[in-house]
Amino acid sequence: MRVGQALLVLWAAFTAAYILLQAMPGDSILIKFQNPELGLSPQQIAEIRAYYDAGGYLHTVLGFLRGDFGYSVDTGTPVLERLAEGLPETAKLATAAFVLAVLLAVLIAFAASHSSRLRGVLLAVPSLFISVPAFWLGILLIQVFSFRLGLVPVIGGSEIQQLILPVLTLAVPISAPIAQVLARSLDQVFTQPFVPVVAAKGASRSWILWRHVARNALPPTLTVAGLTFGELIAGSVVTETVFGRNGVGRLTEQAVNAQDTPVLLAVVVLAATVFVLVNLLVDLVFPVLDPRLAR
Amino acid sequence: MSLLDVRDLRVSYGGHEAVKGVSLSVGEGEFVAVVGESGSGKTTTANAIIGLHPGDSGEILLNGTDIARWSQRRLRVIRGAQIGLVPQDPSNSLNPVKKVGAQIAETLLIHRHGDKTSRRRRVLELLERVGLDDPARRAGQYPHELSGGMRQRVLIAAAIALRPSLIIADEPTSALDVTVQRRILDLIDDLRQEYGTAVLLVTHDLGIAAARSDRLVVMREGLVEESGGTREVLAAPAAAYTRRLLADAPALSARAFKEPPPQAGPAIVVRDLVKEFGGFRAVDGVSFEVARGSTHALVGESGSGKTTTARIVTRFEKADSGSVEIPGVTEFRRGVQLVYQNPYGSLDPRHSVARIVEEPLRNFRLGDRAARRTRVKELLDRVALPEALLERKPRELSGGQRQRVAIARALAVEPQVVVLDEAVSALDVTVQAQILDLLEQLQRDLGLTYLFISHDLAVVRQISHTVSVMNKGRIVESGTTQQIFDSPQDDYTRELLAAVPEPVR
Repeated sequence: MRVGQALLVLWAAFTAAYILLQAMPGDSILIKFQNPELGLSPQQIAEIRAYYDAGGYLHTVLGFLRGDFGYSVDTGTPVLERLAEGLPETAKLATAAFVLAVLLAVLIAFAASHSSRLRGVLLAVPSLFISVPAFWLGILLIQVFSFRLGLVPVIGGSEIQQLILPVLTLAVPISAPIAQVLARSLDQVFTQPFVPVVAAKGASRSWILWRHVARNALPPTLTVAGLTFGELIAGSVVTETVFGRNGVGRLTEQAVNAQDTPVLLAVVVLAATVFVLVNLLVDLVFPVLDPRLAR
Repeated sequence: MSLLDVRDLRVSYGGHEAVKGVSLSVGEGEFVAVVGESGSGKTTTANAIIGLHPGDSGEILLNGTDIARWSQRRLRVIRGAQIGLVPQDPSNSLNPVKKVGAQIAETLLIHRHGDKTSRRRRVLELLERVGLDDPARRAGQYPHELSGGMRQRVLIAAAIALRPSLIIADEPTSALDVTVQRRILDLIDDLRQEYGTAVLLVTHDLGIAAARSDRLVVMREGLVEESGGTREVLAAPAAAYTRRLLADAPALSARAFKEPPPQAGPAIVVRDLVKEFGGFRAVDGVSFEVARGSTHALVGESGSGKTTTARIVTRFEKADSGSVEIPGVTEFRRGVQLVYQNPYGSLDPRHSVARIVEEPLRNFRLGDRAARRTRVKELLDRVALPEALLERKPRELSGGQRQRVAIARALAVEPQVVVLDEAVSALDVTVQAQILDLLEQLQRDLGLTYLFISHDLAVVRQISHTVSVMNKGRIVESGTTQQIFDSPQDDYTRELLAAVPEPVR
């Protein structure tokens, strides 16, 4: 049932992307081959177009199902090859950023729940985080940590060093909604009638927080965390461009500039697949966290 | 020296003083009941004793040691070990995502009592002791897999795990059916005798307090009105307030039964109603008739099908088979009105009283603006609400006032039949008595027919002409109120009547 829904979402994402990309004014063929220096006649351009456009919607769907994503108009290489090049980089970046975002969120929310003095300040942090644009934060981080303080090299440096700033750039805005929902869920669970009952057994506040409240606050937080995966994908486009990393995000940016339809289509499908899979996983974990949802 | 001695305790919430100098004491092994209406400060007092909401001033002597000024850290050593709490509302008092066995063991774990195996053994012992079958299986279940009564047993097990010398029970049975209520109170009483544990019972139900306690503390508006031996207080109440409580408590006032219903044609005819929910038969061949201008009560415990029957009569639910006739009513939604248990939930919090009462008039396009305005004032006057409340919002009203607004709204379009679903169950006894009086007066003046759904036999005894007792979707017995109460024929009816707390007279 849930798997069927997931497949439906994937198909819808693919079709919407296909239609939008077709409807865009101008196209990759014109951008690449219309340059007067190439001296191609309109007739020759039309032949090239026919070569790339061969098949249409159904042909493309079947190709995707077989794992054939077509050829990049921009470089002429198979789309799959270009994706495979960028994927490991992006996977590293996105995973690290997601883990850091969750850590940041948990830290903020739990600290706010613990300390009544810092609470006001801490709960303002997510709003600040979410209003920081990623490109600006990236540039700022480079300015401060690389140029001023010289802590992280901009060029060269180990793989870990190269990851630090982009991961931070990507993690900060994503941690905001998670922190906000977690903090609010914790507060909400703390008002439930079973909390004073546990306190009456002699439990301390941190006992109640860790052993009772946290698990009850998890489901809504997990839902939001799953949804932020969409932002993670979008954020990697900006982050990879700012930091000059060759990942799927950078590839997307290049493909947009070149209006490289096959590449864009593949990226959309890849992003949708990851998003759908993550949220499917979240749904499957729910009954484990809350036995009331299990049947 | 008493086990617990509270002296001149004062507690406030955000500037408002809820407890204004309360003194009470509980002797070893004694059963003391604190009685009062909502807002009397009885629960606040209980919470202050275990330090969940510390008091402003006063002494709380536990075995002669004043714990009122203790830090939370020190209090934690006492909580659960020397004082156990049995909370209200068993459905929300257990962590929904933790197994019940673990929640009982937690009391032992917090106080570092025994190792894992001995704790497990003790949990099974406790589950057995509080009367749950198959303890090993129960320990592995989650709260939602247990009934309300079973959950309350689990909570009791957690409270007595370390054999505290005092149990504070805050309305431990008010969310439970009468028969379950009796078994739970019996259990608390048994444990008291077995362990020598003292019990401080906080309740709004004078009937329960009267039937169970050694001593009674009557609270009102943060003060102790009267305290003393239960027998003495009931026999000769000194405070005027106690006398009023006694007079208003339906369980205690032996009013005369109502005369049999006036000989008039039927206003409601229900025939062979059947309703299933996914294979479960909620209503199973229910038939009854209600004479015009009389009150018919449907009594039963939760799950008996009484509310489903009411929903079918008011056409909020469709029956699988059977029929409901309301003779003389042409426009159904005008002729039949519903007043629901929770007046706060059934009033739009954003609307003013005037707008709420006016709404049915607007829906049926009755009268112009000015005429509707006059009618709303007339209706408020009917339910004895001052005109000054017209522009108030529901949250600015008391529970009794809200229920009056709900009744005024139901009367707006001049119905012939009013279905009252647990309409007074959420109210304090004195307010309850006033609303019941209002309902009787409206019936006399307007010739209304009531279908009165309730689990509260004492209230039913007072207001209804005829009664049908429901159990598991069926009507097991019906007749005039006097027949049902004085000579019940069915075993279930007898059990239900026996469970009503019988006061010491």
